[in-house]
Amino acid sequence: MKRFIGFIKKEFYHIFRDRRSLFILFGMPIAQIMLFGFAITNEINNVDIAILDHSKDATTLEIINKISASKYFSISQYIEKESDIETIFKKGHVKAVLNFDKDFSKNLIKDKNATIQIVTDATDPNTANTISNYVNAILQQYQKELNKDITIGYQIVPQTRMVYNPELKSVYMFVPGVMTVILMLVSAMMTSISITREKELGTMEILLVSPLKPIQVIVGKVFPYIFLSIINAIVIVMLSIFIFKMPVQGSLFLLGFESVLFIITALALGILISTVSATQQTAMMISLMGLMLPVILLSGFIFPISSMPLPLQVISNIIPAKWFIIIIKGIMLKGVGLQYIWKETLILVGMTVFFIAVSVKKYKIRLE
Amino acid sequence: MGISVSNISKSYKKVNALQNISFEVKPNELFGLIGPDGAGKTTLFRVLTTLLFADEGVATVAGFDIVNDYKKIRNSVGYMPGKFSLYQDLTVEENLDFFATIFGTTIEENYDLIKDIYVQIEPFKARRAGKLSGGMKQKLALCCALIHKPKVLFLDEPTTGVDPVSRKEFWEMLKRLQQKDITILVSTPYMDEAALCDRIALIQDGKILEIDTPEAIVKHYPKQIYNVRANNMYQLITSLNTYEYNHSVYPFGEFVHYTDSRTDFNPEELKAYLESKNLSHIEIEKTKATIEDTFMELAK
Repeated sequence: MKRFIGFIKKEFYHIFRDRRSLFILFGMPIAQIMLFGFAITNEINNVDIAILDHSKDATTLEIINKISASKYFSISQYIEKESDIETIFKKGHVKAVLNFDKDFSKNLIKDKNATIQIVTDATDPNTANTISNYVNAILQQYQKELNKDITIGYQIVPQTRMVYNPELKSVYMFVPGVMTVILMLVSAMMTSISITREKELGTMEILLVSPLKPIQVIVGKVFPYIFLSIINAIVIVMLSIFIFKMPVQGSLFLLGFESVLFIITALALGILISTVSATQQTAMMISLMGLMLPVILLSGFIFPISSMPLPLQVISNIIPAKWFIIIIKGIMLKGVGLQYIWKETLILVGMTVFFIAVSVKKYKIRLE
Repeated sequence: MGISVSNISKSYKKVNALQNISFEVKPNELFGLIGPDGAGKTTLFRVLTTLLFADEGVATVAGFDIVNDYKKIRNSVGYMPGKFSLYQDLTVEENLDFFATIFGTTIEENYDLIKDIYVQIEPFKARRAGKLSGGMKQKLALCCALIHKPKVLFLDEPTTGVDPVSRKEFWEMLKRLQQKDITILVSTPYMDEAALCDRIALIQDGKILEIDTPEAIVKHYPKQIYNVRANNMYQLITSLNTYEYNHSVYPFGEFVHYTDSRTDFNPEELKAYLESKNLSHIEIEKTKATIEDTFMELAK
């Protein structure tokens, strides 16, 4: 036991003396969560649009007022002719142009039918889509107001209710994802690097020719990172609660427990990586390429798994991050208890046991 | 309780690193493995410290079999690899303390063993190991390898890259450690250090050329060696190399070590030959063979 404590003490020296890594270790989570929370967002706010109004009558004015009154759009300029549309898009900052037909009011009253064209800059398809949806919604709202005294024969009124995230805040989606990515990265990459560093510097040779058991070396390497990752997890949850007002509906205790479980899974994966790589460089490449990309792309963090092609859906099952994201979304947003997520928890436990078993088996007690 | 090696062979993919190596190191002996880089010294150390499996052969270290009793060996030997292998970001004291702890002991417990060496680096005990000079690093590494009072000490090229003064000090320390009941196996590419060992094995290309005391090895040298000197070293060597009776020609400091293939060699004849090659200030005198000469002769 004394040996083990001595080993852990040494590991903490390594971590605290490597200022740059320490900075990355704690700076990265904060930077990432801020980036994802503020900058990278699917919502649109104050999008610049331009108006091409051929009729300039009471109705179009009213519609324009409604649009500029919404917080989503700001009208940056009025243009006079169709050919200006392209010029204005080429300049870049205007994302959409509303093109009102001639005699808009007259047509609306006489023919009960008037046209408005929504031209969007689809170089960014997501934004273009969202803009056109929002404009449509505003127009529909206006149409309803016009029709409020008239009863139409049959009408289906869809009533949409967005549960768990009624305001559709994208930060709700990013926090669980960022937390997963960071815990995975810190835990797996840092441990795999710290073990391979000993191999590279030749100190592993001395550790091997010592009475230390493999399990003592491995657990000793992992232990400090469990501690650091827990701090990271706490920082992320605090940031999301206090800065992004993200609710934690479920039990904080359960969230903590599941986070520790996932941290251990990631650490086990890190050990596994270190047993197959001889240098820090390799360990880092495997961690980055082999973990980061799948965690971001295949875990359901950004792209929904259900819309992936079948082979990718199957592959996503072996990615621990997928299960952790399901778990923490459940706890944070839906407030579920263990009875709803025991299956995912069990899968993570199984993966951890598997990784540790393989690592202990692959851990070399000699140099070959 | 020393080391016993019999018929150890080890090959990597293409290289036969060790071929049928056998030798014995007696308890409390200072045994030197002398050979150039790539001779197989490090591989042999790794086999004996249980870091590598040998392909063939058996060996015991401190009475334990290197395959079956590897755990016991790891408890009772000290190993100092050729490459500096301490934690560069830990201070001198922290390194020593760490190695004491993982071997289940403390610095105080075995302080008398390392005292002579440690007092020299103690003024720098708060300095990080990575910032020490080459000689200091080696002294610290030796302390770390000794802190658990090993029965057998393996030192793989401990003086490579160390200045001559520190080298001398280092060897004096080894001599003192020997008195403290420790068997030492040390490797070095420096022939002058060989003379300081009790016995040496000359090793090249994975084969042992000869094992004996340094004195006996020198005595076995079959020929009379001559120190030859002239005004132009380069021309002297080329001239000697083209001399029809030469047996061996090796530059050795300011001299060339020359042996002749004839038994009735007359230095005056050689002098005349060299003069005919436009060399002047020629000196030829008898000298004693060194371990380096023996090594060159055996490695021929």
